[in-house]
Amino acid sequence: MAAWFHRPKYTIVRKTTERSETKIPEGMWVKCEKCDSILLKKELDDNLSVCPKCGLHSRITAKKRIEILTDEGSFVPMFEDVRSVDFLGFPQYKEKLESSIKKTNMTDSVLAGTAKINSMDIALAVTDFFFMGGSLGSAMGERITALIELAIRENLPVIIISASGGGARMHEGIMSLMQMAKISAGLGKLADKGLPFVSVMTDPTGGGVTASFAMLGDLNIAEPEAFIMFAGPRVIEGTIKQKLPAGFQRAEFLQEHGMIDYIVVRKDMKNAIHQSLSTMLNKEKYAGRA
Amino acid sequence: MADEHIQILEFEKPLAELKKKIEELKVYAREKNLNVDAEVKPLEERAGKMRDEIYKNLNSWQIVQIMRHVKRPKTLDYVALMIDDFQELHGDRSFADDKAMVGGIGKIDGISVMIIGLQKGKDTKENLMRNFGMSQPEGYRKALRLMKYAEKFNMPVLTFIDTSGAYPGIEGEERGVAEAIARNLMEMSRLKVPIIVSVIGEGGSGGALGVGVGDRVLMLKYATYSVISFEGCATILWKDATKAAEAARILKPTAKDLFELKVIDEIIDEPLEGAHKDYEYTANNLKTAIVKYLKVLVKIPLNRLLEERYKKFRNMGIYERVEQQAQTAKEEADNA
Ligand SMILES: [Zn+2]
Repeated sequence: MAAWFHRPKYTIVRKTTERSETKIPEGMWVKCEKCDSILLKKELDDNLSVCPKCGLHSRITAKKRIEILTDEGSFVPMFEDVRSVDFLGFPQYKEKLESSIKKTNMTDSVLAGTAKINSMDIALAVTDFFFMGGSLGSAMGERITALIELAIRENLPVIIISASGGGARMHEGIMSLMQMAKISAGLGKLADKGLPFVSVMTDPTGGGVTASFAMLGDLNIAEPEAFIMFAGPRVIEGTIKQKLPAGFQRAEFLQEHGMIDYIVVRKDMKNAIHQSLSTMLNKEKYAGRA
Repeated sequence: MADEHIQILEFEKPLAELKKKIEELKVYAREKNLNVDAEVKPLEERAGKMRDEIYKNLNSWQIVQIMRHVKRPKTLDYVALMIDDFQELHGDRSFADDKAMVGGIGKIDGISVMIIGLQKGKDTKENLMRNFGMSQPEGYRKALRLMKYAEKFNMPVLTFIDTSGAYPGIEGEERGVAEAIARNLMEMSRLKVPIIVSVIGEGGSGGALGVGVGDRVLMLKYATYSVISFEGCATILWKDATKAAEAARILKPTAKDLFELKVIDEIIDEPLEGAHKDYEYTANNLKTAIVKYLKVLVKIPLNRLLEERYKKFRNMGIYERVEQQAQTAKEEADNA
């Protein structure tokens, strides 16, 4: 997939670079997959993992996302006691869970809890692509639903940020499919209470995640060029036996076709969401229904 | 239906051969005016035993084969056998009429209902017209229009699931098939009339669930319901679609599996050899169950109906809860 920075193995730097003579330790440099620029890792990190040359928004962890989006130290993780179980005896599920836990230092593919955005209280869930593709299983379903219920009790807007390429987690069979209905039902209750739901789609968002909570926002927001789909491009190509158009299933394509409200760059995401929510929740508006 | 056109499944072949031998023997005896009762009787007993053994111990893959039988009854077959005064209603009022998703009003046992179902064809011509039962976004939006219609006129909704999934194509992505399915999941969870879902054939992932949220979920004995196609799962796991049988075993997609997982409420009986052997018997069983649940559901006050529907799906999921204290202690140790 295009939007991806490989774990850097570069020790060779372009001759034009001043530092090419000096020995550079592995991991200091990364190459942008889109424009091929060789970038200092620190420079990229400082720019929120967005390429300063071409603007490619590369994938980031849920933890990093929370850092970028919320007031410092405001995130309170919840429902971490809810954990995935290999109840089908599915090949390699246990191993995949264990290695993902080790790799990401998360307990499943979503972080959920309360936080503040410019001092506004919110309920927040962020899925993590680096934990089994950010796939939706029973643990994610329960954590997000419990978060929505908490938001209903405490009158909080809900923000869910998706980085889930795989959609439903097949390792949990039919139960992962049912999580789509479970979370969507929770969002129905939230809507009944008139509380806002903001869905942020980042690269990649696919399958059962797109076909449930990700598409149900009062605000559907995306990052530039994020890959957002229902069916994977290879599945579609295999079915229709033709090449897919350029830009197919990218955020701009979805906006063009009426599926998302706006696209916003990473560094502006926090203020954009805060501003939209402030307008929606502003008390100075038509009060006829109340 | 002409019997000779009925497809014989791989695992049924030994039985079919034995039956054929018995028939040949009988014909021969008639022609030659011989009495072969003594020879035929043990053979017939053996065939009976063989039949019982095969169908009482079907594995997941054999059930998948029955589910995929070309003559398996489809949504409109059940409508014809269960529903009085059916009037089909077309279109999503926005883009098109999706022929893979049928709908209409009618009466079941005197109760007015809205019927919505995924419709496969039984031959190539029909399948081309029905897009092999794979709906486009407008199919899910047509379904939603009809659900809202049902809500307005206080008619319970009956949905029928039979699809390998939503159609994976360019237009589906352009017109937002994901949004259409997602919207249905949310709206069905709070639709203000009873909903009874029946999985009659293939329950293929999100495309099936898109009309699959309800107060009761019934499933025919040889129907299947899965998050991923068995071939797709086998390809991901072993890069080999021919291992679909193994995937079907692992995914636990049969009615019995789903009943044990509490995803469905009741298994509807089919003839031993599958619904294609007796449409009336199967339709009658399904109708009896639907009417039984309808009579219960229409008496439940709306608030309770919606709360119970919410809880039904809210409680789905298998996970464990680790003890918070132990977890905190571990985290502290990790941080130290
Ligand atoms: Zn770049």
